[in-house]
Amino acid sequence: MLKSYLPALVFLALGAGTGAAFTALNSVLGPRRPSKVKSDPYECGLPSEVTSSFRFGISFYLIAMLFILFDIEVIFLYPVAVGLKQFGTFALVETIVFIVLLFVAFVFVWRRGALEWR
Amino acid sequence: MTALPLASVSFVESTGVQIVKAIVIFAFVLVVVPLILLLERKLLGRFQARLGPNRVGPFGLLQPLADVLKLLSKERFTPRTAVPWMMAMAPAISIFTAVVTLAIIPFGDVRHNALFGASYGLYGIDVSIGILWAFAFGALAFYGLMLGGWASGSKYSFLGAMRSAAQLISYEVSLGLSLVGVVITAGSLSLTEIVNSQDHIWYVVPQFVGFCIFMVAAFAETNRPPFDLPEADAEIVAGYNTEFGGMRFGSFFMAEYINMVAIAGIATAMFLGGWHGPGPGWLDPIWVIVKMLLFVVLFIWIRATLPRLRYDQLMAFGWKVLLPLATLNALVTAIVVSA
Repeated sequence: MLKSYLPALVFLALGAGTGAAFTALNSVLGPRRPSKVKSDPYECGLPSEVTSSFRFGISFYLIAMLFILFDIEVIFLYPVAVGLKQFGTFALVETIVFIVLLFVAFVFVWRRGALEWR
Repeated sequence: MTALPLASVSFVESTGVQIVKAIVIFAFVLVVVPLILLLERKLLGRFQARLGPNRVGPFGLLQPLADVLKLLSKERFTPRTAVPWMMAMAPAISIFTAVVTLAIIPFGDVRHNALFGASYGLYGIDVSIGILWAFAFGALAFYGLMLGGWASGSKYSFLGAMRSAAQLISYEVSLGLSLVGVVITAGSLSLTEIVNSQDHIWYVVPQFVGFCIFMVAAFAETNRPPFDLPEADAEIVAGYNTEFGGMRFGSFFMAEYINMVAIAGIATAMFLGGWHGPGPGWLDPIWVIVKMLLFVVLFIWIRATLPRLRYDQLMAFGWKVLLPLATLNALVTAIVVSA
C-alpha cells in the first residue's frame, strides 16, 4: 500500500533538484557586476519608494477568511462523494443538508456585502 | 459495516520499475514543455498574422534552447530591499510543486507486457487519495508566487503577490467543487479508476457543467490569460516576478507551463476519458497525449482571443457565479446518481 507512493518520492526529489538547480545556476554561470542603481527595486523613472510595511485593501483579508471557510467544506464533501453510491439514502440526505447549510452561509455572506470588491 | 470504498491500489511494481517510470514521465514533460513554448509562440504569431520565431534552427525549433541559454547567462541579482533567501526559495517551490503534480497523470492502465514478462502501470503513482494529491500540491504552489512577490521588496511584486494569492484561493474552491460531481459518479478518487469508469461515456457529457467550471478555474489556477492578473504587464509591470531574472524567472515561467500540462492531464483523465479511444491497446498513451495537446492548444487559443478581466470582475465571477454553480452541480449530481 505505502509502496505505491515510492514514485512520488522520486518526483519529489526530481522537483526539488530541478528547482534548486534553476535557482542556483545563474550565480555560477552569470556575470557579477553589482552597482548601486542596479540594486534598487524596479520603478519607472521615479525614485522607488519602498517601505517595509505595505498597506493594502481589506478585501484581500476577507477573501482569505471566506476561502478557509469554503475550502474546508469542500474537503468535507470529498469523503462522502467517494462512497455516496454505497452509503445510500442516508448519506444523500446528509449531503443535501450539508450543502444547503453551506448555501445559507454563502447567501448570508453575499447579502452582507463581503463579496463586493472594494 | 461495509469496508470503506477506497480505490483498489494494491498493485505495485518492483522498486526499479517504479523509479524508472517516474524518471521517464519527468523527462518526457521536460522535453515537451519547450515544444509547447514554441507552439504557443508560433500559434500566437499565426493568430496575429505574423510568422512567429523561425530564425533559430529549422522552423525555429531551437528557439526554446536559445532562450534557455540566454537566461542561463544572465546575472543573478536581488534588490536592496529584498529578502534574498526567500527570493531563492520561491521559484524552487513553484517548480517543485509543478513537477510533483505530474505524478498522478495516468497515461495508461496496468497492463501485461509480454516482452519483459511483467505488468506495468503507465502512470507515476496511483494512490487512494488520487486527485487530492493534485489539489494538495496545487495549493502549495501558492507559496511560490506569494513568497516571490513578497520577498522582492518592490511594490509591483507585492501587488502581484497579493493578487495571485486572492485569485488562487478564490478559484481553488470552485476547482475542488467542480470535480465532486465526477468523484460521485465514478465512486473513486483514483484517476485510473475514474478513467476506467468512463468506458461507456466520457464524463464531459454528463458532467458538462462541471467540465466548464473546471476549465475556467484551471485557467485561473495556472495564471493563464484571461486570468493573468498577477502578472498583468499593462498595470503592474510583471507582477510577482518583476524582480526576478535569469533562470529564476525561467523557473516561474517553466512552472506555469508544467502546471498547464498537469491540468491538461487531469482534465483528460477526469472528463475526456483518459486513454479510451479507437485503435489497439498500445495507442493508449498516444491518445492521452493527443487529448492533452488539445487542451494546451485551447489554452493558447484563448490567450490569443480574450482580453484580460478587471480585478473586481475576476473576484465577482469567481465567488458569485462559479461557486454557486459548482455547488449546485455537486448537489444535482448527488441526487441524480443516488436516485
